[in-house]
Amino acid sequence: MSEVKYSKEHEWIKLDGEEATIGITKHATEMLGDIVFAELPEKGSNVDKDGTAGVVESTKAASDVYTPVSGEVIDTNQMIVDDPSKINEDPEESAWFFKLKIKDKSEMDSLMSKEEYEKFAKETSA
Amino acid sequence: MNIKKTSLYNLHIKYGAKLVEFAGYQMPIQYKDGIIQEHKYTRSHSGIFDVSHMGQLFISGGDDLTNDLEKIFPADLKKLKTNQSKYSFLMNNKGGIQDDLIITKTSDGFLIILNAACKYNDYEVIKSKLDNQYKLNLDESLSLIALQGPEAKNVLNKVIPGCDSLKFMNGNNHVYKNEKVYITRSGYTGEDGFEISIKNSDAETFVESLIENGSKLIGLGARDTLRMEAGLCLYGNDLDNDTSPIEANLKWAIPKSRIETEFVGSEVLKNQFQSGVKKLRVGIKPDSKVIARGNTKIYNDKNQEIGKVTSGTFGPSVEHPIAMGYVDNSYSTVNTKIFLEVRGKKIPANICNLPFYKKNYVKGEINV
Repeated sequence: MSEVKYSKEHEWIKLDGEEATIGITKHATEMLGDIVFAELPEKGSNVDKDGTAGVVESTKAASDVYTPVSGEVIDTNQMIVDDPSKINEDPEESAWFFKLKIKDKSEMDSLMSKEEYEKFAKETSA
Repeated sequence: MNIKKTSLYNLHIKYGAKLVEFAGYQMPIQYKDGIIQEHKYTRSHSGIFDVSHMGQLFISGGDDLTNDLEKIFPADLKKLKTNQSKYSFLMNNKGGIQDDLIITKTSDGFLIILNAACKYNDYEVIKSKLDNQYKLNLDESLSLIALQGPEAKNVLNKVIPGCDSLKFMNGNNHVYKNEKVYITRSGYTGEDGFEISIKNSDAETFVESLIENGSKLIGLGARDTLRMEAGLCLYGNDLDNDTSPIEANLKWAIPKSRIETEFVGSEVLKNQFQSGVKKLRVGIKPDSKVIARGNTKIYNDKNQEIGKVTSGTFGPSVEHPIAMGYVDNSYSTVNTKIFLEVRGKKIPANICNLPFYKKNYVKGEINV
């Protein structure tokens, strides 16, 4: 069974066996506004938990995208690079950012459940 | 500091504005549709901008007013006809720009529209330079509303009949609900449009009637992308105390008749006219989709720093990143290859013509 968890940096992560799919939350896209640029990590590179693994830019500003867990980048979503507006349209499904081969599954433990994240998002944006 | 609200504050809330503090005011950065939709709606229909935070300075009294104002501003005020407007500058002695502004000749003096962040300082500077001889009124009982876009004239004409006869950079008195309003045909989006100076107490109903006639409120976010596409400067980003109008590539705003005369900063300007400038404002088009924001460093092909970006964004109508900035004058020729340092990487770009977006009044024409 796959498990979806959330980070304080507003990323979601879905773990399927060893494969983790990562993107940014709907709440994040609402805060950012219209996204016009996305930069993703290179396939084959290694990323560390809480490290920068991409960039999104709205018309107003640039924001880093962090990885909530460590691992090797095994795939990136070219669709969002070609058409960044897809991130606003479908952030938690088709507009995922990158897939990792997770290094240490225990890194998932410190992340939030959906309920915890929704509460966190509400509190921090108030 | 106490954050101020404009007379349209409640309307901003009603239409779902996301508010930010700008120049001491609570201003809408965007409404529900978001910056890109608001930008495109202005280009295709019409948009309403609350610019009431800007200063409306009325100066009157005395026969020597025009002469005395020409000692301050490099505009040809003697030639200005009543209700005609000119873009000009308040400069310091070094020729640096303290503010960029629009001067309109009124029936009894002049109206100067000032940037929000500069207006109180401008007021003091102008007052002291005029030796307190004239009546100055930075009128905060008035709101200022811009209506911009191809449908602006039709929308406004339904609410205030007759305003469509105004020519660009001209104004006139009109009547709305038995009260005097002053309308100029001007704006800062690269579109046809108007700016309406109206009593605070009438501003809300006036804007509601523009909305009823098909216009939409547009936030500061889209105002910024619109003005950048139009190649227009934002004071504090693209213009500042250390930059002259010549360096800012705004030489066209200094009439030839004034170059040999005296005004604040005239010595420096005269010198720059004769000997040229070291840095120049240019348009910049990145080759890729990477956006270079203000303060991005600019390099030549030998990796030497040659300038910096002062404004940059994604242009929703040109559908490409756009930027403007200052480069060493020897790199200011159109099509010169430059490199922008974004997140540690050197991004190739070209110097390009401004504006990025040019209106031909039949159909939008894209310049990128």
